[in-house]
Amino acid sequence: MNVSHLGQAQPLAQRLAELRGRAPQRSLDARALAALAANPGCRRRALLDAAGVDKAAVAHRLGRPAPFGQSPFAIARGNVFEYRLKENGYAALLEPLRRHLGLPEHTDTPLAVPDLLHRSSPAVRAGRTRVALAEAAADPAAWTLLDHPMLRLTVAGSPAYLEPDAVVVHGGRCTVVEIKSFPILDGSADPAKVGAAARQAAVYVLALQETAAEEAGDKAGEEAGRPTLPSPYAVPDLPGSPELTVLLVCPKDFTNRPTVAAVDIRRELATTRRQLALMTRVDQLLGSLPAGTTFDLAPDEAGSPTRPSEELADAVESVPAAYRPDCLSTCELGFHCRAQARCADSVDQLGPGVRGELGTITTVTEALKAAADLNTDPTADPTSETRPTETRPAEARLAYAAALRAEALGRAAR
Amino acid sequence: MSLLSTLARLEAIRSGRAEPLATVRHRHLSDRPMVVVPLAAAGEAGAPLAVLLGTDRAAPRLHLVPQPLNRTQRFDFLARFAAELLPYLESFGAEVEQIEASEKDPETGEKTQVFRELCADAPQLIVPNPGSIRHLALLGRSTRFRRTAEDADPGPYPAPTRVPLLGRWLTHLTERSQVPGSSLLLPMTGLLARHWATGQSHLEDQHLAAQLAWHSPPPGLTGAEAAELAETERDAHGQLTHPPAGPATDPRFDELVLAGAITRHDAALVALQHLTTAGQPAAGLTTADRPAERQRAELLVKLASEQLHAALESVLLPTWRDVWHGLDLLRTLPPAAHLAERWESDRWSYTGHRDRLAAGEPPQPKQDDAVTAARKLAQREREQVRVDVQEALDDPLVMAERRLAGEAFTGVVTEVTPAYDTSGRSPKPRPLVTVRTEDRPHADPGREAHRANGLAAQKAVIVGADPAEGTITVQVTSGMGRKKEPEPGSLPEPGDRITFTLFELTPRQSAPLPDPDDTPWTHGGPPGSADHSPTAAEEWE
Repeated sequence: MNVSHLGQAQPLAQRLAELRGRAPQRSLDARALAALAANPGCRRRALLDAAGVDKAAVAHRLGRPAPFGQSPFAIARGNVFEYRLKENGYAALLEPLRRHLGLPEHTDTPLAVPDLLHRSSPAVRAGRTRVALAEAAADPAAWTLLDHPMLRLTVAGSPAYLEPDAVVVHGGRCTVVEIKSFPILDGSADPAKVGAAARQAAVYVLALQETAAEEAGDKAGEEAGRPTLPSPYAVPDLPGSPELTVLLVCPKDFTNRPTVAAVDIRRELATTRRQLALMTRVDQLLGSLPAGTTFDLAPDEAGSPTRPSEELADAVESVPAAYRPDCLSTCELGFHCRAQARCADSVDQLGPGVRGELGTITTVTEALKAAADLNTDPTADPTSETRPTETRPAEARLAYAAALRAEALGRAAR
Repeated sequence: MSLLSTLARLEAIRSGRAEPLATVRHRHLSDRPMVVVPLAAAGEAGAPLAVLLGTDRAAPRLHLVPQPLNRTQRFDFLARFAAELLPYLESFGAEVEQIEASEKDPETGEKTQVFRELCADAPQLIVPNPGSIRHLALLGRSTRFRRTAEDADPGPYPAPTRVPLLGRWLTHLTERSQVPGSSLLLPMTGLLARHWATGQSHLEDQHLAAQLAWHSPPPGLTGAEAAELAETERDAHGQLTHPPAGPATDPRFDELVLAGAITRHDAALVALQHLTTAGQPAAGLTTADRPAERQRAELLVKLASEQLHAALESVLLPTWRDVWHGLDLLRTLPPAAHLAERWESDRWSYTGHRDRLAAGEPPQPKQDDAVTAARKLAQREREQVRVDVQEALDDPLVMAERRLAGEAFTGVVTEVTPAYDTSGRSPKPRPLVTVRTEDRPHADPGREAHRANGLAAQKAVIVGADPAEGTITVQVTSGMGRKKEPEPGSLPEPGDRITFTLFELTPRQSAPLPDPDDTPWTHGGPPGSADHSPTAAEEWE
């Protein structure tokens, strides 16, 4: 693995491998990164993902398996759509793409599709992609399509490998192409799905920027690394750097024909970059772990885990999580963290909105106590009631709300 | 989410059961609703898989597409769906009442009396969740422009006759469901969440079975435990004991049950077709064996079809029962006072669509023009204000939210002092009413207040507030009759408990839009300037 430009990389990788145990490393895909960026405060997820732990297996062992899965019908249709795009030398993909980029529809320049060694290990593929990208960017007249390239992005101090659907290189610039199976119906698509696709593409663009910067840095003989940009929207003008508009290829209306929409991802890029930078560095997370912590499931020869689930739960428990209800749909450990939040009586189980509303109150018991405290008897003479103290606004408002609720329900019951 | 509903959720966590968020029912429920539980085929937008529907909870009707990718089978399904749904929708169109209105003659400006028909009742569809509404909207979009064999230019794939009509009704109903407070098409999760708080987040409330689990958890379980069981419990075959309410099915069900059943059905169908079309009997068989062979193939198709039905019924029936259970729960609440008024708007909406169909108007366009969009938006905003006001008037619990927000106050009248406005020719009554309240409204002097739930509309102006004493004094300015002294009974008396709101109780009319013919080109221009013809040359794979 080409991570050795960091001095302490070896012990770090070793430590992460220890956490992972005997299980093979799970690659951190763009979807996971985008989800992580949506909840950057979650240390548990950051650490488990950095170590490449199979969270689904851990969740299963903990007794709360993730309910995720993709229907075979959806996969089949997605594959058919992608296959159709690639027929006849990517004709279905290039035609709308050329139109979108404002280039003549028929050019003499043939499309180059370099072999990206799809059967190799991620690190080898990433190296190969980097070379192919540099070659393609060097010739401004050429059209190159990188089919499922492998990109590397340093996340929280450890490398993550990402695989976009395609990257088109022309004129020394590259454009990320994201193929999705949700339709663009009458010119508009589900905003939630477009948003997710944009966040995912932003991660690819970030990785491509990093690659371009490293390439430029290598050439100049300087130390490689992400350049510090003056503004989150500033773009380094380097050969092979990505466009900040990505192309979304989707089925048109109810058909299986492709249509292309350009999505400006500058905002998502700035957000993702900022959130990834904020992510606690993995070495700091590792530092706070008790010695000997591991998420190894200790599988026997048949592959079934032998690690006692209590022991595993303790290990998971040693990394704090930041549960929010949308974790249930993005993180494999969502159900486990929810059970923990419920056990801990935390108001997090109702979502970040409630958490914000209740201010300093963090547990359900505390909140209900505050509601009951200043409101022992709602039918008592209102003048004798203790005035809510202004110093504890959350408690006071809660008590007032409880009084109003009791009054409304009491009157209705009569 | 307001603090009051947060509090209700916190209480639900403690009690382990759903807690009330309303003291009355805020949505109209028909005596004869039609429950529709649709399923979508995974991976393709708006591809139907099955639907379970009916007005009788003991006799649901199941229709399905044996092979979701097959266009003919999809049309057959839609035709059967239409045959089930359209008679129900149309059955409300016959009984009408005449509503008197006056219409202004555009030329003479003379007002003439006209009568308009208003259907006495309207249909109501209940679906499990908002996802089902989106699915029905997609079905409507994909079918309302279809050409049928009856059209002049049927195209290569004519749809069954009633399918485009189904699409137009589905489009109308799903559009109407966007209007706040409307009740023609309602999602059960939304209905339940409006009236009860569970001890989980809104996101988790989208799962109908999980939300219902908080209402009647099995003995020994809390709502949270019961909800988790509903979300995740699987049987010995790895299938969810409580399948999601759709429109998407559980991927494990698709993989382990549905895919196999569809393949078997396809194979049986192919074998049968082969027999019907092939001239030669299979090797080793004489022509005499053909009827027997054919019978066997038909039997196989029937068996495969029954299997498919059984599989889909098993995932739809739990949701079917849940929706009816939800209706039972909602019916335990007394109806809110303003329901009839809002249901009348729904009846107008239904009647309007009935009339447009009868007049032979074209299907709803793919995209609204600027004027229609502006009109729809204005309507939705107006209806939102109306619902907010009416719910507050109907329900002390909703009014409590407004009081908590400082937009209303309730208290006991301590003093009524007669006072008069003598600025005019004859003195007008302007009595002062002092209310003792615990509420702390944004009661700046001079602000207008409105008496809630009075006999007649009554306005007042806030003249003073004393937070230390907890009193607010208002000067009543209207609703006392035309005489020198206030009409008896029009004013509150000391000791009465009254509520004043700081928001208006009747929504303000927004400025009318210009006539269609005066619409500037920036907003789409007069009608006819743009070509709104629906494209019929749409592919459907």
